[in-house]
Amino acid sequence: MAEFEPQILAFCCNWCTYAAADLAGTSRIHYPPNVRIVRVMCSGMVNPIYVLKAFEGGADGVLISGCHLSDCHYLDGPVKCDAMVEKLRKVLHVLGLEDERLRREMVATSEGVVFARIIKEMVEQLKKLGPSPFSSLRKEKVAV
Amino acid sequence: MNLEDIIQETKTYNCLECGKCTSICPVAKYDPSYSPRGLIESALLGFGDELVFNKELFSCLTCYTCQQECPSDVDFPIFIRKARSIAQDNGQYGVCAHSGQLQSLQRLMTSPVIKQKRLEWLSKEYHVSDKSDVLFWVGCAPYFAPIFEDIEFNALDITKASLRALNLLGIEPKLLPNEKCCGHDALWTGDVETFRKLAEYNAAQIKEAGVKKIVFSCPEGYRTFKLDYPNYVDLGCEVQHISELLAEKIGENGVKFKEIKKKVTYQDPCRLGRHLGVYDAPRKVLESIPGIELVEMRHSGLESICCGTSAWTNCDSYSNMLRVERLSEAVETGAELLITACPKCQTHFRCAMVDKGDEHRTTPKIEVMDLASLVANAIEEGR
Repeated sequence: MAEFEPQILAFCCNWCTYAAADLAGTSRIHYPPNVRIVRVMCSGMVNPIYVLKAFEGGADGVLISGCHLSDCHYLDGPVKCDAMVEKLRKVLHVLGLEDERLRREMVATSEGVVFARIIKEMVEQLKKLGPSPFSSLRKEKVAV
Repeated sequence: MNLEDIIQETKTYNCLECGKCTSICPVAKYDPSYSPRGLIESALLGFGDELVFNKELFSCLTCYTCQQECPSDVDFPIFIRKARSIAQDNGQYGVCAHSGQLQSLQRLMTSPVIKQKRLEWLSKEYHVSDKSDVLFWVGCAPYFAPIFEDIEFNALDITKASLRALNLLGIEPKLLPNEKCCGHDALWTGDVETFRKLAEYNAAQIKEAGVKKIVFSCPEGYRTFKLDYPNYVDLGCEVQHISELLAEKIGENGVKFKEIKKKVTYQDPCRLGRHLGVYDAPRKVLESIPGIELVEMRHSGLESICCGTSAWTNCDSYSNMLRVERLSEAVETGAELLITACPKCQTHFRCAMVDKGDEHRTTPKIEVMDLASLVANAIEEGR
């Protein structure tokens, strides 16, 4: 049987992490192809429903990444995001989802290497955990 | 199911277009574009699309106020519920409160392999027994607790108070470690498929548990089990709301209360009141506590006003106006405490009172408490 390939949905802020992912690409840093990136304007605009819908759609892990605390273009986006993630974690915990499946990071524009490392780590972790308990809800299989 | 079947089933064809529904509808009072009569008319005249793609379809509170007035006995809430399921088939999901998180959680719960950690709050203080033939339905409280942290409402307080009250009355109920949501919200937003899956799962769990009675602290769960589950699954046991159980047990010898000197008023939850006709049990419980003086609001019992949102569908400024109206009525009575018997009523009232958009602080403030919490505080000695 082929090895399990986790699928990660990443919400990346336009100003920092999306640019960092871009930098990782242009610098030709290798990282696993298991991640799909959704560009959002700010990590603070990520609504819990985005994460829940990602799991409903069969994501094995979700990454929310944006600017560092002092770098936000909208002043307090990361603070809002942290508060949202903290609350959502408690809900997902009751639902019986492993904590590692939702990851919150802060990656600045210049940190392409960090972005690649995070994705690598996350893929390794998710491979150990196996498919998400909600993967059976996925209506159609998406090729990695 | 198509629109024609719904019209037949809910006897919508009897509609006289008298407009009593719209005139009594609490939503239509504030929202000028919402009209139950208009929605029925578009269905009867064959403009199904106008009904299904109407954003107002999700504004209905399904609170059954209209049906009290309807001379033709049109079952409008069921009409809306079924029309919503057609809307869902057409990709219309309505604008749901909390961006639809609660509905999403229900869909996630249909996964057969999840192992929920829903009983982590349970401490030794509460006596539960696996051998008991009474099951206490915890419901969504473990999910509501983190979601509504910021309005300082912990739904688990109601669960804990209910357990304490049951313990004091000599009942050690059973709890299911992996019960799933009853599916109420999924059903009323038109997601019948999710509801059916949840109902089948829960019914199998309950059968396995072999209980005779299920006690609810939430009227929505109670309604769903009592009226909707029989259409889909066979439960094979009795269901009861905690207020009914308390009313039954309180008359028995040996139950002693502390005196609580307070003037209180009671909000009838729409699911418990108009849906199921339970008006007297909670009042009987309140009146049996010494020192409690029960005063009724301007609209109470059959006429009582809904808390403004049901099944987490619509929640807009009109819903808030409704809450403010209801809270004003409660304050007008001179009561210091507003008692409800539904965790959702409490969520909505508390939310209105901490509303950040309320710059002029015009929302009347009153302490809100669940019936079970009051009783748990008042019982001194059990049987």
